[in-house]
Order: sequence, then C-alpha cells, then structure tokens
Amino acid sequence: MAENGEKLRRTMMFVPGNNPAMIKDAGIYGADSIMFDLEDGVSLDQKDAARYLVYEALTNIDYGKAELVVRINGDDTPFYENDIKAMVKAGVEVIRLPKVESAEMMYRLEQKVEAAERQFGRPVGSTKLMAALESAEGVLHAEEIAKSSDRMIGIALSAEDYTTDMKTHRYPDGQELLFARNMVVHAARAAKIAAFDTVFSNMNDPEGFYRETRLIHQLGFDGKSLINPRQIEMVNEVFTPTHDEISNAQNVMAAIKKAKAQGSGVISMNGKMVDRPVALRAERVMKLAKAAHIIDEEGNYLGK
Amino acid sequence: MDITRTATAGTLESSDIQVTLAPGGDGIDIDLTSDVIKQFGEQIKATITSVLKDYGITSAKVKAVDKGALDIVIKARTVAAVQRALDIVEQPKWEVL
Repeated sequence: MAENGEKLRRTMMFVPGNNPAMIKDAGIYGADSIMFDLEDGVSLDQKDAARYLVYEALTNIDYGKAELVVRINGDDTPFYENDIKAMVKAGVEVIRLPKVESAEMMYRLEQKVEAAERQFGRPVGSTKLMAALESAEGVLHAEEIAKSSDRMIGIALSAEDYTTDMKTHRYPDGQELLFARNMVVHAARAAKIAAFDTVFSNMNDPEGFYRETRLIHQLGFDGKSLINPRQIEMVNEVFTPTHDEISNAQNVMAAIKKAKAQGSGVISMNGKMVDRPVALRAERVMKLAKAAHIIDEEGNYLGK
Repeated sequence: MDITRTATAGTLESSDIQVTLAPGGDGIDIDLTSDVIKQFGEQIKATITSVLKDYGITSAKVKAVDKGALDIVIKARTVAAVQRALDIVEQPKWEVL
C-alpha cells in the first residue's frame, strides 16, 4: 500500500473541473484534499476543455498543503485514457477512479498510469491511486480493491449510485449505508489506507450533516467527501478531539518521552502499562488537535 | 497548419474566457472584448498567439470574450479551442501542454 503515514484526510472537497472561478479559489478553504472532478461534474461536450483547465491549474496554482486528487472518467468511457495521460503529465498526486467493481479495474488503471509516467518522464510509482465504490459489486469487492496496488491511498463510498443499485435511496438515519460503510472502513483498515465517506448534498440540513459526520467518525472513517466549502469547518469540528482526549493524549506522549529518556522499553502511565494501540491513538489525537490549531507545536493546549 | 473549421471553448461566466477560432485571415487576427483590456489586453492576446504558434497555426480569426480569466485559463481555453478546430480532440498534441 502507498506510503500513508498518518496523513490527515478529514475533508475531500469536490471542485467541478470546468469551472475556472471555483478552481482558482479551491485552495483557500483549508480542505485536506482537493478533488478536481472530470467526471459527473462536467458535461459530456466539455470533457476535453475541463481536462486542460485542470491540467493548467495543477501545474501552475499553489494549493498549499492540500493533497491534490483528480476524479477521472470511468474506464468504460472514451475520455478515460486521455484523462489519465493529461493528469499524469500534470503530476497530480492521486487519480481517483469512479465506479470501481474489481481489483482487475485497478490493475488496468495502474498499467495505463505507469505507461503514462514513462511517456512523460515522471518517476514510475509517483502517481497514487484511489477507488470509489458505487455499486453492490464494488462494495462486496472492497477488500481486493483496497489491496489492489501499492499505489492505493484510499477508497471511498459513493452513495448516490450505490443506493440506486441497491434499489433504495438515502434516508436520514443512514441505515441503508451501514453495510457498505462498514465494508469500506474495514477494507481500508485491513489495507492500511484511508476510508472516505460519501457526500451529503442537502445544504439546508446542517443537523443531518452533523449526524452523518458523527456517525462516520464513530465508525472510524478518515473523513468525508464534500461538495460545499462550508462543510469543511463542520467536518473538522466533529473530528477535533475534546479537551479530555487531548489531556489524556498529552499524558501518554509525556510517558513515552520519559520512557525513552530512561532508555526503558516499557512505557507506564499512572502505574499502568501504555501499549501500542494506546500510543498510536494518542499520536492521532495530537495530530488532529494540531490540525485544529487547539494545541501548539510543543503540544500545549491553547483552548478552542 | 491551417484551421479548417470554426470552434469555441470556454464560457461567459466570471473568471472564464470564451475563445472562438475561425479559418481565414492573413496572419493571426484577434478581436478581444474585456473589461481589463487597457491593463491586460496585450497580455491576453500574447497568450492566445503563443498557443496558436505552438500548434503551428499562422493564420486564423480569433474572437475572445474575457470575463477576468487568469493566464492559465486563457491558455487552457485556447488549447481546447485549437484542438477542436483542428479536429484532434481524441489525439491531443501533448507537447503543447
């Protein structure tokens, strides 16, 4: 699996690939990942124009620390191959393939990406991949898809197509997505890559948005796909650790530091041993707190 | 290389530019409409001309309606218009990008 570290991917903001105004401003909202869309967000007769616009943006605009992702058109469309070539040439960090149903689809994509890397003189392996699961078939193959390539950085659930395929639609309580969400998050964890939840498109229902975000946070997702920049702050809020969680993490980090200083392999806190999962969780809490600017570089609590 | 048919790319929305190419003319003739023509007119024309040259186009009629596009948008829209005008949308000239 791709070198993942513990990169924060709380928010992946969709940006329509043929909209210069939105492309220009995409970097100012603080999304962890920006996903330029060449697929559903672009009409069929503008696919070529969007491709060059996104190409120019990727090669010229400074989007700061955001991870740059492009959703290309599916492998059953005439746009697929040229999308891959243009985005690899542009040096995009991640190519997101929609409607993935099998590892085989990712193998084919990887071959095309590698060929493009050679054609345009990019380092082989430099373009990372992710898959969106949008059908029963895709969800059932989540594990093999998540493990399909060393280039994989994540898998995402795309609920509009998925619920249609399941002969249902989206409900406020999200019961219809429970199986798919659990499949996606388990496959991602087993493959040690990121899990992204689907978009929530009703901007007039902030309560529903918070409910859904808290649910996917509880399930263990890394983050959520978003269609509106206003949702970034809302997701970050849900993913921001509480004061208690931070205090506890600070204690764990201090205990680790102390054990290291004493050259001891055993870390103890309040007389209890700190084992690996506890240490990992504390590290993640500190990282989330730092990203939310509620602790400083040294890990001191600054308050909300 | 000569343009054989008329083609347009881009929209009239804010931050965009609509570029239309048509065959004909002696040299490259650009008819530009822009609110910032005084400050940026020459630069916009230079960007369009540079893309046309990269495709080896020496004569064309160009109509450009600018709505405050960045230079990179002007380039992207001109590239799309040229590829459509030359009918090479499916086999893009990658080295121009």
